[in-house]
Amino acid sequence: MATKTSLTQSNISGWGFALPAFALMVTFIILPFFFALWFSLTNQRLISPNPAKFIGLTNYTELLSVGTILLEPERDAQGDIVRTDDGDIKYPRLRNFTRKNPDYPAIQGMQEWFSWQTGPNNEFKRVILAKDVVFMRALKNTFVFVLVVAPLQAGLALGLALLINQKLRGINIYRAIYFMPVVVSIVVVAFLWRLIYDGNNGLLNNLLGAMSFGWFEPVDWLGQTSTAMGSIIAMSIWQAVGFHMVIWLSGLQTISPTLYEAADLEGASKWQTFRYVTWPGLRNTAVLVLIVITMQAFGLFAQVDVMTNGGPLDSTQTIVFQAIERGYGKQDISGGSAISVLLFLIVLSISLLQRYLTRERHS
Amino acid sequence: MADVVLKNIRKSFGSVDIIKGVDLEINDGEFTVFVGPSGCGKSTLLRMIAGLEDISSGDMIIGDKVVNALPPKDRSVAMVFQSYAIFPHMTVRENIGFGLTIAKTPKAEKDLKVQEAARILQMEHLLDRRPSQLSGGQRQRVAIGRAITRKPEVFLFDEPLSNLDAALRMDMRMEIGKLHHQLGATMIYVTHDQVEAMTLADKIVVLKDGEVMQAGAPMDLYHHPKNLFVAGFLGAPSMNFAVVNVEKIEGDQITVKNDAIAETTVHVQGRSFTVGTKATLGLRPQYLSIADERDSCMMGTIVLTERLGSETILNIKLSDGSTMIAAIADDQIFKIGQSVGLTFDADRAHLFDELPSASDAAH
Ligand SMILES: Nc1ncnc2c1ncn2[C@@H]1O[C@H](COP(=O)(O)OP(=O)(O)OP(=O)(O)O)[C@@H](O)[C@H]1O
Ligand SMILES: [Mg+2]
Repeated sequence: MATKTSLTQSNISGWGFALPAFALMVTFIILPFFFALWFSLTNQRLISPNPAKFIGLTNYTELLSVGTILLEPERDAQGDIVRTDDGDIKYPRLRNFTRKNPDYPAIQGMQEWFSWQTGPNNEFKRVILAKDVVFMRALKNTFVFVLVVAPLQAGLALGLALLINQKLRGINIYRAIYFMPVVVSIVVVAFLWRLIYDGNNGLLNNLLGAMSFGWFEPVDWLGQTSTAMGSIIAMSIWQAVGFHMVIWLSGLQTISPTLYEAADLEGASKWQTFRYVTWPGLRNTAVLVLIVITMQAFGLFAQVDVMTNGGPLDSTQTIVFQAIERGYGKQDISGGSAISVLLFLIVLSISLLQRYLTRERHS
Repeated sequence: MADVVLKNIRKSFGSVDIIKGVDLEINDGEFTVFVGPSGCGKSTLLRMIAGLEDISSGDMIIGDKVVNALPPKDRSVAMVFQSYAIFPHMTVRENIGFGLTIAKTPKAEKDLKVQEAARILQMEHLLDRRPSQLSGGQRQRVAIGRAITRKPEVFLFDEPLSNLDAALRMDMRMEIGKLHHQLGATMIYVTHDQVEAMTLADKIVVLKDGEVMQAGAPMDLYHHPKNLFVAGFLGAPSMNFAVVNVEKIEGDQITVKNDAIAETTVHVQGRSFTVGTKATLGLRPQYLSIADERDSCMMGTIVLTERLGSETILNIKLSDGSTMIAAIADDQIFKIGQSVGLTFDADRAHLFDELPSASDAAH
């Protein structure tokens, strides 16, 4: 037994050891959190000669206000629908309603977010408006990113873990290879992938070209709205899949080998073994992996910052990118803080929901 | 139902030979127990019969099929593991019916068979519990239940009771005995516990270092051990060995003595000795008794006494410094340091033509 000295027994020395880490955590995590909460309720700017004023939830309403309006087609004297030269239906200009129009108080200062045709003969146009369209796009992009990345990355990582969890010679080499992207800085990885995705001479275009004997037309992967987000998603999945593979692997190794032998004796097929032995044994690991991936995915920033800067046409805007762009780019620290607080609430509620949905049910 | 025949079975892990040529015939419906010191290869042999470990050479025959190349599920064996190997996330009902689930047995039939197994094991009231809500003995019963439902021809048990406390072990031992009578199946049972071996077995197989030392009915092994190892292994406390000189041979009557033991004549079968050589005299503690100095054939002082109530174990140091253990019937009081004379039943003494090695004495 270790001898008990005053050093290990005294309360003060215990606090003394904890203090440096504790102080750092307070300074860089806990204080900023409360700062953000406070700033988000004021009109604080990064650098400003004027003192900040308390403005309540204005920052949040600026971010989250949405509205809608139904546009009727413009008609000529005979009551026929006016069409443009292309044959499209002509609608009155939105700004007639959203700028200084007291008849539509709810949508003042808003912009079009998206719209669709509706009504008889699809003559009408339903327009969804938002005060902060860029933030709305960022919100949507982030959710898409999470919804695609979470299942794909978790599934892929599980697949790799199952492949790697075998007693084969040299299996550790694969383990190392899959884990390698995790230990390289995400910024470096993003730079490399910018080269891979390059529209002219990128590795991906060359590879696809070579594999299709020149049939493949080079694509500017990061330069067009249809492929930019997908490219970031693919690269992000690749980058962190090794990390989650290792978590799955540790989960797999907690399952007793005799359970597999028992299943083997009963004649279970590979799939039955997975279904009845492996998967139930991974339940807690699955919760962990899903929550970690979700939280990481909501924090998407570095890839966007390095590869696309939110473009083209806001197609890769994300919540964190917006928070930083606002807070530091536009020096609107209160707006940025409000975004971070929103992100915190989103992640918190999703984690709670996931925990609830994946809880162990006791009958 | 099936015979199990092992013909010159060998197993090596890498360059290490673990099972060194085992020949064994286990008759249909027989209860066979493998005993032997830790690491002698009991589990390995059992797992080879189950098909969980492949066979390096030799033939394994179950029923009338050579099963060397058959996977576990096609051997018609069921195994009960020391660690139970029941599935923690399934209820007792699901655990017992696992083999049937795997075989996609219709639900009605499955329910019937699970009910039947639960009735045999008296655990119908536990069917909807989870393993975490069961005691050790109940868990072991679930494992046995899973084995029963498949109606295998051969049951394999690997130290099924060693995780249970003494009282429960006795209960379960009797239940396994009953089960054998009820089902009449061939059972192979590995244990460390000689009481289990002696009470349950139709046939005991004593193993040492991957070789069969002796196989036969329990009382046969107890009364007619083939060699020092078997003699020392069975019986508690274990047999006393004394190195003696062969003085005289008259047919199968051999007269021996040493410095501490006066001249004694022992009846011997099937072993030959030469006058003037050394041999080992084996005396079971139970057949030693206290005698007057006149009638005794050895003298010693008591070093230790253990009173068990039904018998008294004496640790006696003989005049030549060797130790004798005597088990005296009934509770008797002896003093440490007391000098006593010992005599023994010559008809129950054994004479071996080998000399004890360290491993025969130690356990
Ligand atoms: N997979 C393996 N690889 C290498 N050696 C092994 C392996 N499995 C078992 N052994 C060795 O084989 C020998 C026999 O092991 P086994 O488990 O059969 O012993 P046992 O008689 O069941 O012992 P115990 O009574 O302690 O359970 C041991 O020396 C063990 O170290
Ligand atoms: Mg064992």
